[in-house]
Amino acid sequence: MYVEMKDICKTFDGFQASDHVSFGIEKGQMAALLGPSGSGKTTILRMLAGLDRPDSGDIMINGFRVNDLPGNKRGIGFVFQNYALFRYMTVADNIGFGLEVQKKSKAEIKERVEELLELISMEDLGKRYPHQLSGGQKQRVAFARALAPGPGLLLLDEPFAAIDAKVRRELRNWLRDMIGRVGITSIFVTHDQEEAMEVANQVIIINQGKIEQIGTPEEICFHPKTEFVADFIETERFSQGGK
Amino acid sequence: MAKKKQRSYQQDVVGDSINSIQKVVKPSEEGGSRIVKYLLIGLSVLFLFVMLALPLAVVAANAWKEGWEAYRKAVMDEYTIKALQLTLLATVTAVAVNTVFGVFAAFLLSKFYFRGRQALAALIDIPFSISPVIAGLVFILTFGNMGWMGDFLDKYDIKIVFAVPGVILATIFVTFPFVFRELFPVLNAQGKDEEEAAALMGANGWRIFWRITFPHIKWALLYGIILCSARAMGEFGAVSVISGHLRGKTNTLPLHVEILYNEFNTAAAFAVSSILVALAVLILIVKSLVEWKKK
Repeated sequence: MYVEMKDICKTFDGFQASDHVSFGIEKGQMAALLGPSGSGKTTILRMLAGLDRPDSGDIMINGFRVNDLPGNKRGIGFVFQNYALFRYMTVADNIGFGLEVQKKSKAEIKERVEELLELISMEDLGKRYPHQLSGGQKQRVAFARALAPGPGLLLLDEPFAAIDAKVRRELRNWLRDMIGRVGITSIFVTHDQEEAMEVANQVIIINQGKIEQIGTPEEICFHPKTEFVADFIETERFSQGGK
Repeated sequence: MAKKKQRSYQQDVVGDSINSIQKVVKPSEEGGSRIVKYLLIGLSVLFLFVMLALPLAVVAANAWKEGWEAYRKAVMDEYTIKALQLTLLATVTAVAVNTVFGVFAAFLLSKFYFRGRQALAALIDIPFSISPVIAGLVFILTFGNMGWMGDFLDKYDIKIVFAVPGVILATIFVTFPFVFRELFPVLNAQGKDEEEAAALMGANGWRIFWRITFPHIKWALLYGIILCSARAMGEFGAVSVISGHLRGKTNTLPLHVEILYNEFNTAAAFAVSSILVALAVLILIVKSLVEWKKK
């Protein structure tokens, strides 16, 4: 297991956000944390990133217990829901920021930034500022920025929530292909079951801070273990049919 | 037939609404609203004239009433210069202190969530709600001879009340919330995603502040500094209580003006006032420049 959560509990002011959460993800997998809003999926992601601390339990990344390690020492890249691009820096500076912090040489940063700009097909837009980009371009920059320091694990918080429905499907495929090409272990949070099923090869369904089921998209779809999973998949399908 | 009739009716409706749009677009044709318009403009102009332009004219006229030589004498007077120096010293110190602490406080209260956050924000606003005279009295009661800290300060021969430190302290207190109040809403609206993103990449607090937070707040910060300076220069109440009005020692410009005025030295009082007016106009120009540049 590359990433492992062992019996994690977390409460916020009496609200149980994580209730004995345990799961593991193999290297190179793309996992989705799926659940309705308020189910505690973002909390899990934030604890993995070191933005929140669990009350009890162990977080393991690459065989090490990282509970007491600050986020920047865990070897992770994080894509925020609204991308959180640095608005007063150019695209190139955004991507290079992580390397700048690591005190890499200017030439090295430039080379890596150019390589990533090419990867996200935005070679000519390095000098632009975030407010001059479309939603899809912003997401690609956020993705490149998270990858720049070469993390072993990529965490994405609702990566498609801020993008309008038309472009979403296209971006989804793009991101899946891109992550496949880079070969990085990734976990993303979503409330959209179609998104989870299409992009991930492992789906973790969460409800009220508890894990309901872990499995491949097929297992979840055809063999729901609990009533909640069956209901959730069913209503989602129904509402999508209704659209 | 019926259909045709209905269509023409619809056209009528459309025609009516177009007419009514014209009416809305040209309100000036109606005499009533025109009168109201000029009445309101007239009232506003009159108010501005009486409240702002007239007092300024009075200051200028009185300052030069006894001629240029008298003006020069009042302005170049030893005590006036000392008062100006003290005012500038108090202003610069207060602005520097309040800028540093205002930035810290606004950053802390907008980017971190902890118990007592609201209470701390309310505490910072206290100088806005307390009368400056009371603020001055509080310092006398705390640091004066009979005050809680009196014996301690006496022992080490530190003078705060009726001395320059007291004047500076009172100025800092009165202008305390200005920078914070300008920055806090701006920082709050920014959210903390960008800071978190930078922290996750391993940036330390210093780098996060200069690369991410500061570019966002720089205009608000400048604006806060300007407002803080304007207030610090004009402060009267708190400083008046704590300074003891020692000429050439603890008198600031506003206090000096009051003394001259009470001595029936009207021309000199207004001459010294004109220095404060000039400083105020200067700040106003800088403030307008900042606002213009901000756009």
